[in-house]
Amino acid sequence: MTERPDLKQTLGRLLGPAEPEVGCDECFDQLDRYVELELAGKDADAAIPGLRAHLDGCPACREEHESLRALVGDEKLL
Amino acid sequence: MTALNAATVGIVEPISPLPTLAPAPPSLDVESREWLQDLHAKDATRDEAITRLHALLLRAARFEVARRRPALPHLRGDELEDIATEAADDALMSVLRRLDDFRGASRFTTWAYKFALLEAAVKLRKRSWQGREVPLEPASWSLFSSAGLEPDAEAEQSELLRTLQSAIAEVLTPHQRRVLVALALNDVPIDVLAERLNTNRGALYKTVHDARRKLRNHLQGRGLALDIWLEEKR
Repeated sequence: MTERPDLKQTLGRLLGPAEPEVGCDECFDQLDRYVELELAGKDADAAIPGLRAHLDGCPACREEHESLRALVGDEKLL
Repeated sequence: MTALNAATVGIVEPISPLPTLAPAPPSLDVESREWLQDLHAKDATRDEAITRLHALLLRAARFEVARRRPALPHLRGDELEDIATEAADDALMSVLRRLDDFRGASRFTTWAYKFALLEAAVKLRKRSWQGREVPLEPASWSLFSSAGLEPDAEAEQSELLRTLQSAIAEVLTPHQRRVLVALALNDVPIDVLAERLNTNRGALYKTVHDARRKLRNHLQGRGLALDIWLEEKR
């Protein structure tokens, strides 16, 4: 395998996910449920189709997903 | 206006009088039910609940600021605290305005947290780009090294890049081109670009989505196997 990190990363950003995805507003509306399903070990992707693809394609929503997951995950440990 | 739009374009609508509490979903957990009851109360219970809610949102906003702090060395501690406080204030208004949107699909606190995280993240992205020019032209394509590639693969990469460059120039509309180039090639945060273009995140992402579909269709129509490059299967 040949490493092409720059090309792969940039192609991913230019072309986005191949799968159908929700938009940013729908992502925000569903994000809390998605995170709780993830943290509960449930199949969040099956429950909320298109959200994972959106997180792959939208860096801002992805960051907010990571933050919410980290925050709620930390709380569960307390 | 959605919370996302409000955060993205910096518009915060005044809190409207809260409507009568609708029957809570049967699946609501005890803590979430208490939050709703207290926030819909008519007496001092509501004021006390709003104070607790603000503290909760401030904690979430500080959490986001702390996560991003290493990338913001130019911001002083008091500036970061001001951003966290503003984010909590704006998130409080969003949560109260949208209280009836909460249907118990998650715990109330998880639902509320996302408003504070969004507000803090958007403010920090905008702050980090304050005063900076937003590049709308393509960055150099020469960054893609062909070192180590077999001659056939190098030729394929060159063809892919040539086709992609021409597709961006010729297939996309001018608006799609500058939005995609700014976000995907020049790493401009979507909230920053939305503010500069006087639009919102959702509308910009729709533009990106449509542009990406066009590029994919164009490349696949020319027989370029995108999966090989995107998934690194070789």
